[in-house]
Order: sequence, then structure tokens, then C-alpha cells
Amino acid sequence: MAEAAAESTGLASIAKDWSSDVTTFKGVPWGKAMMWIFLLSDTFIFGIFLTSYMTVRATTAEAWPNPSEVFSLTLFGTTVPLLLIAIMTFDLITSSGTMALAVNYGYRRDKKKAVIFMLATAFFGAVFVGMQAFEWYKLISEGVRPWGNPWGAAQFGSCFFMITGFHGLHVSAGVVYLSIISYRVWRGKYDNTNFEIVEITGLYWHFVDLVWVFIFAFFYLW
Amino acid sequence: MSSDVGQQHPLALYFWIWGLLFVISAGSYLIDFFQVGYDVGTMELRWALILVFMFLKAGYIVAVFMHLKWERLALIYALLLPPGVLMVLVGLMAWEADYTWLTRVVYFGAEVAPQPAPVEHVIH
Repeated sequence: MAEAAAESTGLASIAKDWSSDVTTFKGVPWGKAMMWIFLLSDTFIFGIFLTSYMTVRATTAEAWPNPSEVFSLTLFGTTVPLLLIAIMTFDLITSSGTMALAVNYGYRRDKKKAVIFMLATAFFGAVFVGMQAFEWYKLISEGVRPWGNPWGAAQFGSCFFMITGFHGLHVSAGVVYLSIISYRVWRGKYDNTNFEIVEITGLYWHFVDLVWVFIFAFFYLW
Repeated sequence: MSSDVGQQHPLALYFWIWGLLFVISAGSYLIDFFQVGYDVGTMELRWALILVFMFLKAGYIVAVFMHLKWERLALIYALLLPPGVLMVLVGLMAWEADYTWLTRVVYFGAEVAPQPAPVEHVIH
């Protein structure tokens, strides 16, 4: 690390790290580097989903259904645009915060708090999946299908089910992943480590929230 | 693992960013709540606001919650440059889009519908 510290910033440090003939990502546990690489590949999957969505929306001659109206909810006689999606967004942001706290407490070796906040994160994730199931149920009962819908361009349904379905799958997997890791942390499997496992799990979870930021912006708001 | 591996930052920082993310999310939602763009019929302001809030929120999540801000440049560039290539794909697809659209309308007789049908929600 002493040599790396000699050139620890600037473009020269990149060349030095990559040509050092030892671990490229210095100060990063291998599990964390692998998670980052996995998330990079996942970025391409969601990137390509969103790009294909852009393509079909820009090339269809039919009108695109208005997401503001499609996803509105009527509460006590008032129609609020995009309400459920907003609640889902805030739920996911809440879970990101509890995850960040879990990582922090993990590095402080406060196992109990780390586990509690990881389980809280999993809980908010499960709530998110529940709301998404309701959203799907509502849209399907209103006639939205991957091949058509009552309001406009048929591609709306295929994009919607593909993108939100794949994201929901990631959230569901994250809930399972968080549950397993928190159980293992609780059982003491990582007691002789620095608890970087919590940060690795957190990277995955924050990524799921990150993807939602782009889905929210491009699919629901645009 | 040696103790120099890991990311330790004050708790207050996370709470500040957490609060900030709530504010940014609220900003995003308000774009739709106030029907920005739909009210005047030109969407440029709406799109600009969507992108600003999106990049702000994504940036804070990646930089602080995912700790990328404190990683070495070798990792930061390895993660941020490849998705940049996606922008080439986005550019190509956007560039060709009007051509595909015109082909559909001019040669395949697709009918242009500028407005989608209004949404009538079924009350359950």
C-alpha cells in the first residue's frame, strides 16, 4: 500500500493500479469488487431495457398512454396522479437509508444494530414488492396486456411488464439475499472479518434503488 | 481482513443524504403532481426537471450510499466509463427513431394518433 499511496490520485494512479501486477482495486475486498462487476453487468441489462423502451416509444405512430393518468389513484373522491408510484419511491428511499445505517453499524462491529437495520431494509423491500403486485393487479384488471391496452400504443404493456417485472424480481431477490446475510451475520459467520459483507449486500440494495430512479424518471414521469 | 479495508463515515452524513434524497424524490414527484409540461403543452421544461432530479438522486446514491466517492480512481473509472458506451446506443436509436416513424406512417399507412385515450379507472 505504501507504493500505491505514492500516486494515490489523478490519472497516473489509474495506470499504476492497473499495471501493478497485483490486486488492481486496492483497498477493496474481492467480494466487493465482484459485486461491483456484477452490478456493472446489471447496469447494461437495465440500460438496454430502457433504451429499447425509448426506441419503441419514439417510433410508434400511435399515442403513448399518459402514465400520469394510468398510474393515478382515487382516494376519498380525489384523483391524485402517480400516487402509488410516489409511495413506492419513498418506501425504496427509506429502505436505502436503513441499509446505509446497517453498513455503518457493521463497520462499527455493532452486530445487533446491523442485523436489525438489514431486516428493516428487507421489510421495506417486501412492502415494495407488495405494492408492485397491487399495481400489476390493477393494471391487468383494467386490460393492460403485453400486446395491448385500452388507451394507446400496444408497446406500453410490454415495456411496463418487462421493465418493472425485472426490477421487481431484483427487489424480491434482494429481500431473500438480505434475509440470508442478516441471519448469517447474526449467527456469527463473519465475526472474524471486518463485516464488509454488509457493505457488499448494501451495494446490491442501493443498486436496486438506483435502477428505480431511472425507471421512475423515464417510464413514469416522461 | 486488515482494518484499513472498509468505509467508515460519520452517521450524520448518512442522515443528511437520506433527508436530501427524500427532498429530491419529492421534487421529482411534484413535477407530475403539478402536471409540469402538460399544463402548457411544451415538454422541454418537464424533461429538463426530470433529468436534473434523476441525476442528482442517482449521483448521491452512488457517491455516498455506495461509497464510490471514496474509492480509488481505478475502480471509479472501471465502473463509470462502460455505461458511458450505452450513450452511443441511445444516440443511435434516437437518431434513427424519426426515420422508423416516418417509414411506418408514409409507407405502411400507420395512423398517427397524437393523443392517447383518456384513462377511466375501474373502482374496485
